[in-house]
Order: sequence, then C-alpha cells, then structure tokens
Amino acid sequence: MNEPFAAILTLERLSVRLPAGADRPHALSDVSLAIRANEILCVVGESGSGKSIMANAIMQLLPREVTIDGGRVMFEGRDLATASAAEMRNVRGAGIAMIFQEPMTALNPLRTIGDQIGEMFSIHTDLSRAAIRARMLALLEDVRIPDPEAAARAYPHELSGGQRQRAMIAMALALDPRVLIADEPTTALDVTTQAQILALIRDLQRRKKTAVLFITHDFGVVAEIADRVAVMQQGSIAEEGQAASVLNNPQHPYTRRLIAAVPPLTSPPARKLSEHAILTIDNVSKTYRSGGFLGRGSRVTLAVKNVSLRLPQGATLGIVGESGSGKSTLARCIVRLIDPDAGSIVLDGKDWAKMTREDVRRETRHIQMVFQDPFASLNPRRKAGDLVAQGPIVHGTPSAKAIADANELFALVGLDPSVSDRFPHEFSGGQRQRIALARALALHPEVLVADEAVSALDVSVQAQVLQLLAELRQRLGLSIVFITHDLRVAAQICDLVAVMKDGEVVEQGLAGEVFGRPRHPYTRALLDSIPGGDFAKRSAPPLPT
Amino acid sequence: MDAVKRYFRSPAAVVGLVLLLIVIVMAISASWIYPREPLALAGRPLIWPFSNPRFLLGTDNSGRDIAAQIFYGARISLLIGGVATAIAIAIGILIGAFAGYYGGWIDNILMRITEAFQTLPNFVLLLVLVAVFGSTLTTVTIAVGVVSWPAPARLTRAEFLSLRNREFVQAARTLGMRDIQLILREILPNALPPVIVYASVVMAVAILLESALAFLRLSDPNVASWGNLIGLGRDVLRVQWYVSAIPGVAILVTVLAVSLVGQGLNDALNPRLKGR
Repeated sequence: MNEPFAAILTLERLSVRLPAGADRPHALSDVSLAIRANEILCVVGESGSGKSIMANAIMQLLPREVTIDGGRVMFEGRDLATASAAEMRNVRGAGIAMIFQEPMTALNPLRTIGDQIGEMFSIHTDLSRAAIRARMLALLEDVRIPDPEAAARAYPHELSGGQRQRAMIAMALALDPRVLIADEPTTALDVTTQAQILALIRDLQRRKKTAVLFITHDFGVVAEIADRVAVMQQGSIAEEGQAASVLNNPQHPYTRRLIAAVPPLTSPPARKLSEHAILTIDNVSKTYRSGGFLGRGSRVTLAVKNVSLRLPQGATLGIVGESGSGKSTLARCIVRLIDPDAGSIVLDGKDWAKMTREDVRRETRHIQMVFQDPFASLNPRRKAGDLVAQGPIVHGTPSAKAIADANELFALVGLDPSVSDRFPHEFSGGQRQRIALARALALHPEVLVADEAVSALDVSVQAQVLQLLAELRQRLGLSIVFITHDLRVAAQICDLVAVMKDGEVVEQGLAGEVFGRPRHPYTRALLDSIPGGDFAKRSAPPLPT
Repeated sequence: MDAVKRYFRSPAAVVGLVLLLIVIVMAISASWIYPREPLALAGRPLIWPFSNPRFLLGTDNSGRDIAAQIFYGARISLLIGGVATAIAIAIGILIGAFAGYYGGWIDNILMRITEAFQTLPNFVLLLVLVAVFGSTLTTVTIAVGVVSWPAPARLTRAEFLSLRNREFVQAARTLGMRDIQLILREILPNALPPVIVYASVVMAVAILLESALAFLRLSDPNVASWGNLIGLGRDVLRVQWYVSAIPGVAILVTVLAVSLVGQGLNDALNPRLKGR
C-alpha cells in the first residue's frame, strides 16, 4: 500500500431521513466514513441500501422530501450538510466531482461534448476561449477518446456508451477535483467497455492522486478497483476494511452472504443431454431497415445473421453477448414477437418462422417468455392472481379453474397463494420475477425463453431465482433458452452456450468447454473482461441442480 | 383509494368539486325552485337585481326571471358539456387507440384526418355544422362533440405509442391475446388517466363553445341557456350590464370548477408529477 494520506472527505454520523411511508424511516443512519487522498473507496450494497443516497447527500443533490437530519459531511474544513447553495456551487465540480450511471441522460443532448466540457472552465475559471479549448482537448486525450478533435465536435448521441462515459469522466476531472464520486459508472456498459473504463479510472486516480468514492453493487468491480471497501446494508455500514481482507475474509454475515451469492465462473459438471432436439433454429436472419424515402438514405441493420442453434429436450441453452449483439432480437424471433426474415424455427415439427399470426396466437402455449425487467413486464393495473390466470383463460380454461391453478403455481414458484389479491407494486423485484415466471408456466410450455430474466435483480435474489429455474427445469422437464450478458450467470445455469457478436454466433458448445477453453478471440476477450476475474473463479460453491 | 385521499388533500381540488356540486344541485333543483317555464314573461322588463324580492337577480329585456334562467341554464350547460365531452372522448379514444396501436399506414391515414380537423378553427367548423344541420339542442351538442375530438385522439395515440412496446404488453401477446384484448384490457386502462384529466379541459371548452354560439344567437333559442341570456343582454350592455354579467359569472364559475377538478384529478392520478 501507499503511505497513508490524510482524510479529505469525512462523513460523521450522517443520517438522512426518508419521507413518511417509505420502507424505513432513515435512508442512512449514523454513517461514519472517511475517504483519503489517493485511494479508491468502494461502497457496495444491494439496491435500496442507501449507497446512492449517500453520494447525493454529500453533493446536496437529495430530492426535496429527503433531508439530512443529523451528522456532518466535512470537506476542507467546511460542513457540506449545512453549506449554502452558493458555497455548494463552488464545491461541486471544483472540489468534488461526480459521474453518473447513465452518461446519455447525464449529458445535454443538444450541445456538443467539447462545449459541455468547456463549460466547466468558463463557469469556474476566467481562462480565454483558446486556453479553454486547449485544456478541453488535453482532457479528452487524457481519457483516451480516439480522435479528440472529432469527439469534441460530436453530440452525445453520436458517441458510443463507453465514449460518452469517457467524456463524462473528462468533464468531472476538468478542474482537478480532490474527490471524485462515481455512482455505478460502469453498470450500464458492456463488459468489455466496463473493463476499459475501470482501468481508466484507476489510472487517472493514480496519476492525479484523487480520492475516489466508487459506488457499485458488483463485487467483481470491487475486486478489480477498490483499495478499501465499505459494505452497506439498510442504510448503515455493515463492514469496512481493506479490499483484500473484506473480500477474502469477510467478517459480517451480510458480507459473507453477498459474496457467496456472486456466481462463480466455473460451470457445474456437465449433465447428460438428450439426443432429441425440441427446438431447432436454422439459418434465422432478421434485418432492420430504418429511415429513407423509396430506399434512398435508408439504414440497414443486420440484427441477426444466419443463426443456427439446437436445443436438446430438457437442456438450457445460453445465448450470451453484449448489447447490440442481436441476442434479444433472436429471442423475440423465437416467440414471434418479431417476424424473422429468413430461416426456420422448428418446435414439435412445426415451423414457427412461417406460421401465420393467428396460428402463433393459438400455439403460443408451447413456448413462453420471461422478460428482463419485472417492474415493466407486469401490468400495474392487474392483480397477481389475474396476471397468472389470464393466459389459460385466453386459451379457453374456465376462469374458476384458472384461478385455482394460479394458486398452485404461486406455491410452485415459492410464493404464498394469498398474494393473488395484491397488485404488482406491492412486491419486491425478486417476487415480481417469480410472478412473471408463474405466468409463463401457467400455459405449461415445453420451451421457456428467458430474456435477461435475472439481470435486473440483486445478487442474492438472482441466486434464488436461478436456483428456482434449475429446480423447475428438473421438475417440469422444461427446456430453456437463457439469454444473458452476464457470463457468470450463464456459467451457472446453462448446459450449452452460444456466444453472439454483431448478429452472428461466433462460438457454441458445452458451457464448460466454452468457458474453460474458449476458441474464438471474442469469447476470450469477454472472459478476460469480467471484473475481478480471479475473485469470481474461486468464490462460492456451484448451485445445486 | 389512495387517489381519492390524494384528491381531497388539495384545497383547490376540493373548492372545484364544491363549486361543481353547487352547479349540479342548481341544475337538479331548477324545476322545484322555479316550477314555472323559465322563458315565460314574469314581470316588468329590466328590473335590477336585489330590488324586487320576487326576482332576486332581476329580469331581462323581455321581463323574464334571470334567476330562473340561470338555474335552468345550468342544466343546458352541464348537459352539453357532459354529452359533448363523452362524444369527443369516445371518438378520440377510438381513433387514437387504433392509430397508436397499429401504427404504419393506419396511423398515417387516421392522423392526416385528425390534422385536417385540427387545422380548421373549432369554432368555424362548429358554425358550419350548425348552419348546415340547424341549431336544435341535439345538433348543437353533437356538433360541439364532433369538433372537440382531435386533441383527445392525439393524446390517446401518444399514450398507446409509448405503451404498446412495453414488456407487459409483449408478455400479454406471448400469452396469446388477440389485438382487441390487448387494446382494451392491457393498454387502455394504463392510457386512460391523462385522457380523463384532459376530458375536463374538453368539457370547459364545450361549455364555452355553446355559450359563444348562443351569444351569436346561433344556439337553440327555445331553451334557457346562459349563452342565450348573454346574447340578449348584448343589446342593453351599457346600462343594464347585469343581464350579461350574471350568466357570465355562472359560466366562469362552472368552467373554473371543471378545470380545478381536472387539475385535482391530474395530481391525484399522477402523484409523481405533482410539485414539478
């Protein structure tokens, strides 16, 4: 370790009150934390643990009904908790800078990148326009954006997600702040981009000796970047210490539980797969055309290119890839939410790619889908029981029987049947995903397509849902197409894996083979980019199957 | 039920509801309080308000009781406001839902029609309709409804456009629901709150349109309406200004009440937008 630096930013028994009717009275209670120069302090916790509220409390960016009701935030001899708006304006940007999760919404879409970075200087300094431009280009060079001149002229939508986040970092570092607060800065990025951004933050932090408060939910990221770690649970700090000691020798039971829930990258031993293929995808393609009049100036995107896959009965086929790889389009082609342009999708001897819409509607009970976001995939105006019963009712089951069946399904997915009278907003994310699963299973499908079905869930909940899927697969003889961007999750649940890039399958095979001995360079790059790779490989036992 | 609680938390919304209830009570009680025909001659013309206890609000230029006309006029205004709004919202939802759900050429055709209606000023179109079909109470009400649907249609279409690709709609489609079930049972309930709120604006405008028509003496002259009374008062506006002013205040209060109720509904149904 480096020589100990003095604490720059100190939270002293900070408490933040939530409005009446929230799930707990305080978002933060009695949080004490010190961030020293030249270190990266990771604050890690599940959603709702109060980690983002902490970042916003430091910057006085809390929503109006959420207030600091105790403690101090000491920075350069001042208490930021009681600082005036004018004082805060001097601190923000110059003293403490912040980067956010989603760079697209944090940048102004109507102004160029160069303009927005230059604004930092024109607000806080009285440099000339030429000097500002020189500094701005130097910053873009610093964050290693290819062709800084062009990037400075670009609007946010013209850059990729990773480049936008680089521009955000350039903006945050413009005035050499002493503290950088990064609130889940890589969560919205693909794994390969994430690895680059993490390396960049680490490198800039070393060069400029900035103190970094890095907020994340991902223990892999912690292992990759943290000097020290603070684990948050329900608004207070459960455990704090050097990264190596917290990760390898967690003391608090909550930390242990969280680390144990991180799926390891090694697959469980391969199961015996059936010879009979229940679903055969042959040369499926889908092309999007957009814009243009009478074919002029139109953009053509090949979302899925000649994909051929085979799903053995009772197996789980993982389709992994980064955003834009076409994996979600493929999933939607399989259930015919999207019509494929070419190829065949054969289930039970019927070609789904060529069925009419009306036939698809009638046959749809054979193949069902679970969606990514359990907050978006349940109609907010229907009760849980209704949601699960409506599928069978549409297909002609009398409603009394459908509702009785729904109660059995709730028990099957681990929910109390008494929940059927409640609306979706009364459930947690994990419970909602169980309802979505029950809804899909209500039609007794042979094939279940799960599109990023656990990606929106916290790790501990994710582990439970994965376990449930594995159990159901066994019990109901389900065959599953499992789409995910998370290789650790894929390693846990999939028998077979197909890696997609730019609409094509670049590699496929048994999960253990693909992850253990990747043949395609892209698969290797994906595996190398997983944050905290070593850490992930040796933690936690595999799921029982 | 939360929405009801939130509604009553706002003083403006409660005031609006009370005012609207007063107008409704006036409309219901008109024939008990004033059993005589409101358009019959009742006394000397142009009696000032509060000068004769028999005619609390005075009489108009032909000697008809203004108070009785205000009470009966509440019926007409609410009737036209309510029925015309129902017509406008029904047409609007139908066109907006189909355009938004199906998109493509259906959307193109329906939206060009909507734009054609929108580019014509409402009132001019209303005058044309009344000129062609006559000015009985029924035709005026239908005409007001028919000129007011484009805005609700666009609003419904916008809601459908944003809702039709939501995951819960896709999920319902993978369950095998028909388009009509998706439209009516999945999307429409989620698209309704802003349309209901907008209905209050349509209702206020409908009441004003009828009054404007009556002011030009193009509304049904055989019913006691506030607009008719204002139109009559026009002739004696400089001296006996109260003949126009009293129904004017009635219209103002009703439109204000409807708007306050609409705003209150908006805050109650979309609690997250409140205070922004």
